Amino acid sequence: MSVPADVLATHGDLVAAIDELVARYGDDRAALIPILQELRQQRRQISDVAMQVVADRLGIPPVDVQGVVTFYHFLDTRPTGTHVLHLCRTISCAMAGMGAIRERLENELGIAFGETTPDGLFTLEWANCIGMCDTPPAMLHNRQALPRVTPDAASELVARLLQEAFAVADGAGADGEGADGVGGDGAAAWPDGVGRPGG
Amino acid sequence: MTAISLGTPGMPGGPEVTSTTVTVTVDGHEVEVPVGATILEAAQKANRRIPTLCHHPDLPDVGVCRICVVEVAGQRALQASCAYPITTPIEIRTYSRRVRQARQTIVDLMLAEHCGSCQTCGRNGNCELQDLAEEYGSDHFRFGQRTEPTRLFDLVGPAIRRDMNKCVHCLRCIRTCASLQGVGALGVIGRGDSTTMSPYLTLPISEVGCISCGQCINRCPTGALQEVDDTDAVWHAIEDPTKHVVIQTAPAPRAAMGEEFGMPPGTPVTWQLNSALREIGFDKVFDTNFSADLTIIEEGTELLVRLYDNLVRGDHSTPVPMFTSCSPGWITFIEHQYPQLLPHLSTCKSPQQMFGALIKTWYAERAGVDPADVVSVSLMPCTAKKFEAQRPEMNASGFQDVDVSLTTRELARMIRETGIHLSEMPDSDFDDPFGTASGSGVIFGATGGVMEAALRTVIELVTPRKVEDLFAHADITAVRGFEETRYAEFTFPEDIGPVPGLLRDLVPSWDWLGGVTLKLAVVHGTANARRVLDDVLAGGRFSECHFIEFMACPGGCLGGGGQPIPTSLEIRRARAQAIYGEDARYGETGRVRKSHENPAVLRLYSEFLTEGPNGDTSHHLLHTSYTPRGTWIAATPESGRSAR
Repeated sequence: MSVPADVLATHGDLVAAIDELVARYGDDRAALIPILQELRQQRRQISDVAMQVVADRLGIPPVDVQGVVTFYHFLDTRPTGTHVLHLCRTISCAMAGMGAIRERLENELGIAFGETTPDGLFTLEWANCIGMCDTPPAMLHNRQALPRVTPDAASELVARLLQEAFAVADGAGADGEGADGVGGDGAAAWPDGVGRPGG
Repeated sequence: MTAISLGTPGMPGGPEVTSTTVTVTVDGHEVEVPVGATILEAAQKANRRIPTLCHHPDLPDVGVCRICVVEVAGQRALQASCAYPITTPIEIRTYSRRVRQARQTIVDLMLAEHCGSCQTCGRNGNCELQDLAEEYGSDHFRFGQRTEPTRLFDLVGPAIRRDMNKCVHCLRCIRTCASLQGVGALGVIGRGDSTTMSPYLTLPISEVGCISCGQCINRCPTGALQEVDDTDAVWHAIEDPTKHVVIQTAPAPRAAMGEEFGMPPGTPVTWQLNSALREIGFDKVFDTNFSADLTIIEEGTELLVRLYDNLVRGDHSTPVPMFTSCSPGWITFIEHQYPQLLPHLSTCKSPQQMFGALIKTWYAERAGVDPADVVSVSLMPCTAKKFEAQRPEMNASGFQDVDVSLTTRELARMIRETGIHLSEMPDSDFDDPFGTASGSGVIFGATGGVMEAALRTVIELVTPRKVEDLFAHADITAVRGFEETRYAEFTFPEDIGPVPGLLRDLVPSWDWLGGVTLKLAVVHGTANARRVLDDVLAGGRFSECHFIEFMACPGGCLGGGGQPIPTSLEIRRARAQAIYGEDARYGETGRVRKSHENPAVLRLYSEFLTEGPNGDTSHHLLHTSYTPRGTWIAATPESGRSAR
């Protein structure tokens, strides 16, 4: 237990979440990746404090945790948006119209790939082959795979997710009716009056 | 041995394992090797050198650099010989055209990534990449060359500097830090061409629980990791006529310095070095072994008092086992990793710091010099000593007790700059008032040495016997050697002597020690220390010990992070021979071999430390306290880093 008391006090919920994951997946090195994946899913970020607490609980140096986080594309120390869109850029998808989807997403959201919208709602990321070469172009919305994406379908997805976020933020009660059922709840914290990205 | 068959024993229809050796054909020459030996080992047995870079004899192999590739008959791809365990008879070719071309390409690719010029590098002339480039005839930068640094320089800490532009990603530093030392200050961050060997969050290495042991420097093939060079400060002091510059030299550098001048490992140069140091311009040359002897008196006394408190008085406030405290890398390790065990540490300063405190007090007064004008330099095998010298509490004299701590490598550079031929220097002795120390001080440089020195003194303090009556030539060989941990027991005889005058205030009698068995352990390398400390915490065998010697570096000080590069078990063994040989010669030439017989130490107690060992003056000058540091890293505002 080498986490200082003041850090425990200010990050009690994070530490509790990690302890819950350690209880579920174990406290040895083999549990590292499942814990990090889950943490990323829950909290949209693997922070400095998170890495050090995980290291402490598994009895490994923090740099080893950071090594794993920075090695895997789907783990990252930077915070991501509520909705992470991974667009596949390998050859089947590239030949089937990935470029047009890229343009549409960047235009709709006003950010480039690798960036997150200022409201914290969307992150655009590249993926290198997600195993859907038979239904290109393909994309991931958080953990859900989307086959045969068209630019219009991408626009519709963005519009729907924005609508849901506004609905939740306005207290209209459309809680978590996201079609994929993943990651919609985090938008509850989305504040009023923040300019709609890309619009 | 020819009949080879492999398979799972007893498996239906499977062949029986009939052999533990296997025949390998290396470039047409047959050699027999144990099953599981690597191609590299087989080639060595066939007297064939295969170039290596990421391979290091002290470290687990990973096979990442690929320079050791060979052709294995029947296999399409070239194989990394360091990471290929042989299980069946194979035929290998170590220098075919394909192999040589692959190696040339690998070297040229590494040169393309390696940024920094040989002429301005601290490893010029002792660089494994430079050697490979020469060996494989690199005559131009086939894949280009980085001319501008793109990666961070870490020049923050007091001991280690990192230049990642020179890194060739061999992972030796990381394996050293994790496997050999059990610290884990360095890791592999990133992926692909952005991969870097880095501390947590790219912080300076001095801020992530690094213990400054410098073992990574000793194993870095290039100049990516080096010690902080403090030679300029020493030259400035020497050239300043108002400064009185003294140097203390530790035993381990004296057993290794010759290697920097082309002598074989294990060539002691103690007495020539004294002359060379005076020639360079040091006003006085002192023997750190003097304060090693002093350490033994202080620490031996502390041990006996602790045993009395714990075993007789039932006072466990200063618990046993008592841990030694002379290795600054070990001290920083326990402060970070096991702060809850700090009460086990002896409060004695290391010999370097004891000497530092005495030089600017007792010596300055005797010599009639103002301690403000004294520049106290130390020659150490150690990069952690640089950190130790800069600890804020190391100022008992009213000044920074040790101003500059030089490694063996740095002093070798200073000597080379002067053009002095070390091997041709005449022998000369150390300067008074500290004189030449005892053989017990000398063996501090090897793992087990502190234990042996302490035993020699404790036995003679407690019993009326001579150590020689119990151990031939006073050589306590049970605590010598290079095993990861050594456990030994010593039973006091029933006849126990009177308590010597200086100790009578501390312990009234030795009667309680008659027939008592002391349980002792010797540990070197902090990964081994971690195993022993875990055992102590778990109430295992080591928790029953009374006294445990810990050294941060493999082999003890002689394997220190400031010692000549390269290092290996054979080199460390040779240095140990030089150290034990010097101790034995002390006996043959009539010099004292036990700390408590050192006449200069006895004079110190009669003139200066008159309250005796562990007395008030001793406590003020020669003892210290420790800082619980923990493993938490204040890396970002979120984790507690204060804004700058």
